[in-house]
Amino acid sequence: MRTQASTAPDQHDRPASGRSARGRGTGLPPLLVAPAVLAFAFLLLPLLALVVRAPWRSLPELLLSQEVGQALRLSLVCASSATLLCLLLGVPLAWVLARADFPGRKLVRALVTVPLVLPPVVGGVALLLLLGRRGLLGQYLDAWFGVTLPFSTPAVVIAEAFVAMPFLVIAVEGALRGADRRYEDAAATLGASRSLIFRRVTLPLIAPGISAGAVLCFARALGEFGATITFAGSFPGVTRTMPIEVYLALETDPPAAIALSLVLLGVSVVVLVSLRDRWLTGSAT
Amino acid sequence: MSAGLYATLGIDRGSFGLDVALTVEPGTVLALLGPNGAGKSTALRALAGLVPLDRGSVSLSGRCLDDPDRDVFVPVADREVGMVFQDYLLFPHLSAADNVAFGLRAGGLGRRPAREQARTWLDRMGLSELADARPSAMSGGQAQRVALARALATSPRLLLLDEPLAALDAGTRMQVRSDLRRHLADFAGCTVLVTHDPLDAMILSDELVVIEDGRVVQQGAPGEVARAPRTEYVARLVGLNLYRGCAAGPRVDLDGGGTLTTAEPRSGSVCVAFSPSAVALHRQQPEGSARNCWPGIVGGLEQRSDTVRVQVLANPPVLADVTAAAVADLDLTPGAAVWASVKATEIRSYPA
Repeated sequence: MRTQASTAPDQHDRPASGRSARGRGTGLPPLLVAPAVLAFAFLLLPLLALVVRAPWRSLPELLLSQEVGQALRLSLVCASSATLLCLLLGVPLAWVLARADFPGRKLVRALVTVPLVLPPVVGGVALLLLLGRRGLLGQYLDAWFGVTLPFSTPAVVIAEAFVAMPFLVIAVEGALRGADRRYEDAAATLGASRSLIFRRVTLPLIAPGISAGAVLCFARALGEFGATITFAGSFPGVTRTMPIEVYLALETDPPAAIALSLVLLGVSVVVLVSLRDRWLTGSAT
Repeated sequence: MSAGLYATLGIDRGSFGLDVALTVEPGTVLALLGPNGAGKSTALRALAGLVPLDRGSVSLSGRCLDDPDRDVFVPVADREVGMVFQDYLLFPHLSAADNVAFGLRAGGLGRRPAREQARTWLDRMGLSELADARPSAMSGGQAQRVALARALATSPRLLLLDEPLAALDAGTRMQVRSDLRRHLADFAGCTVLVTHDPLDAMILSDELVVIEDGRVVQQGAPGEVARAPRTEYVARLVGLNLYRGCAAGPRVDLDGGGTLTTAEPRSGSVCVAFSPSAVALHRQQPEGSARNCWPGIVGGLEQRSDTVRVQVLANPPVLADVTAAAVADLDLTPGAAVWASVKATEIRSYPA
C-alpha cells in the first residue's frame, strides 16, 4: 500500500546482469558424477533385467493360471483390508500424536515407528507370541471365543497392518502438523463442535496427506513377506500372497515367479505415479 | 448488566502482559489500534474464547463468558461471536456458499435452508456470481466479503474483525473499507475491530482504543484522539507531529531539543502538535511570516494516496506532507538539505 521512496534508487541503479548468474553456475565434479551414475544403474538394472528376461509370450497364460490368480486376488483383498484397518485406527492415532499433549508423547511416537525399522520376521514372531494359540492374548481368544488367528486370512491382514501402519501414521501426523490450525479456530467461532470440525474441516484439509499415507501403506502391505509368512504361513488361497508365491515359484516354476514379479513391479509403478499426482495436487491447493 | 460487551482482559504470556478494559454498546464499533506486538490480536482472541483469561472477565448481553475467579469459561463454539480473520481463513475445500452456510449448518439448520440463507447473504454482499467459486478463485476483496458474510450469517452478538483490510492492495482497500463501513452500520450487535492502520480505525469506528505494550494509552472518539494525541506513537499514527516541552508564554522549549512558537500562550509542561500538511519545505531559508523555521535534511520519503510524506531529520524532527510536484520542484531526495517552516497558528498546544 505504500512505497518507500527512500529505498528505491539504489535498487534501480544496480546492474541486472552478470554476477549472480555466474556465481550460481557450478561445474559438476567428476568425482561425484561417476558414483552417482553407478548408483542409478545399480537401482535400475535389476528392474531392467526383470523386464528383459520376462516370458512375455507366455505371460497371459501364466497370469491366468489358477495359482497366480488366487495369489493376486488374495493379495489385493488383504492389502486393501489392511489399508482400511490402518486408516480406521491410524488416523486417530496420528491425530493424538499431532494434537494431544500428554506425558510420554515422544516415547509413544517413537514406539509407533518401531515396525518401520524392525525386521518383518521379528514382527511376525512377535505377533505369534501375542496372538498365537498360546500367545498372551491368543490363549483367551481361543479359550473364550474359539478364535484362532494364526495361519488364517485375517492373520495376513493383521501382519500387513502391523508392518504398514507406521507409514500411514507418520504421513497423516505430518499432514496434521502442517495444516493451519487457525481453520479449526475459524470453524469453532462459527459454532462447530469438535467432532464436526474434525469431519468437515480437518479431514478435508489433510486429505492429500491421508491419501498419500494410504497409498504408501497399501504398497507396503502388498509387498509384505516376512511377517506374513511367519505369522500366517503359506496356504494356497488362504495366506499365500503374491510375494510368497513369487518366492516359492522361483524354485519350482521360475517363469511364473518372473511373471508375478512383473505384476508387483507394475503395481509399484502405478503407486508411484498416483503418489506423485496426489503430492502435486496437495501442494497446489 | 445491559446488552453490550463488558470486558476486562488480563493475560500473562511470560514477560508480556495484557491488561485492557473494553466496553462496547450494541450497534457500535470499537477499534483497537496499536503497533505490532501490542497485544491487539491477543485481546481479540480472548474475546472470541480462543485464549482463556488469566484475570478479569468478559460478559456479553448479560451473559458471563469468561471469569477465572468464578471458574466460568464458555467455549468458542457457544459464544455467539463471529470472527473475520486477518487472512480470512475461508475453508479452501468449500465453495463461497458452503463457507457461508458452514456456521448455519453447525447451528443445526438443514442443508437446503442453510444454502438459501447463504445465498441471501452473498447477494447482500454483491457476490451472487461467486456462490459456487472456491476461495482460491477469489480476489482479496471478494474473499474478505465472503468472510464477513460467513461471520454475520450466524447472527452473532459480537463481531470480531482482525485486521480486516490489511491483506488488500491499495486500490481495492478503499472500496472494501467503505463497503465494510456500510455493513457494520447495518449490524445490530457489538463490533470490535483490530487494526494497525489509523485510517481504518478512524473511518470504521465509533470509539478508538489505542494500546501499546498491552496497556491502553488513550481512548475516546476517533476525532478527539486525533486532535489531542497523548503519546508519540499515537501522534505518529494519526499523522501528527507531536512534541512534549515546557511552555513559557507562546514559546515552548521542547524536551528533545529545539523551540517552537505557538499562538496560544501557556505555561508549564505541554504537548504541542501540528499536522504534517501544515509544514512547508524549502531549499533555501525562506523569508516570510512563518514564526517557526528550522533547517534539516531529508531522511526519507513515503508515497501516500495523493501526497508524499517527507521525514525531515532536524531539531526537532518533523514530518511534512507535500505534493508530488513539490518533491520534483524542490528535488527532495534522502540527504537533501531543506528548511521546514510552520505557522504559529497551525500549532496546537495542550497541557501534557
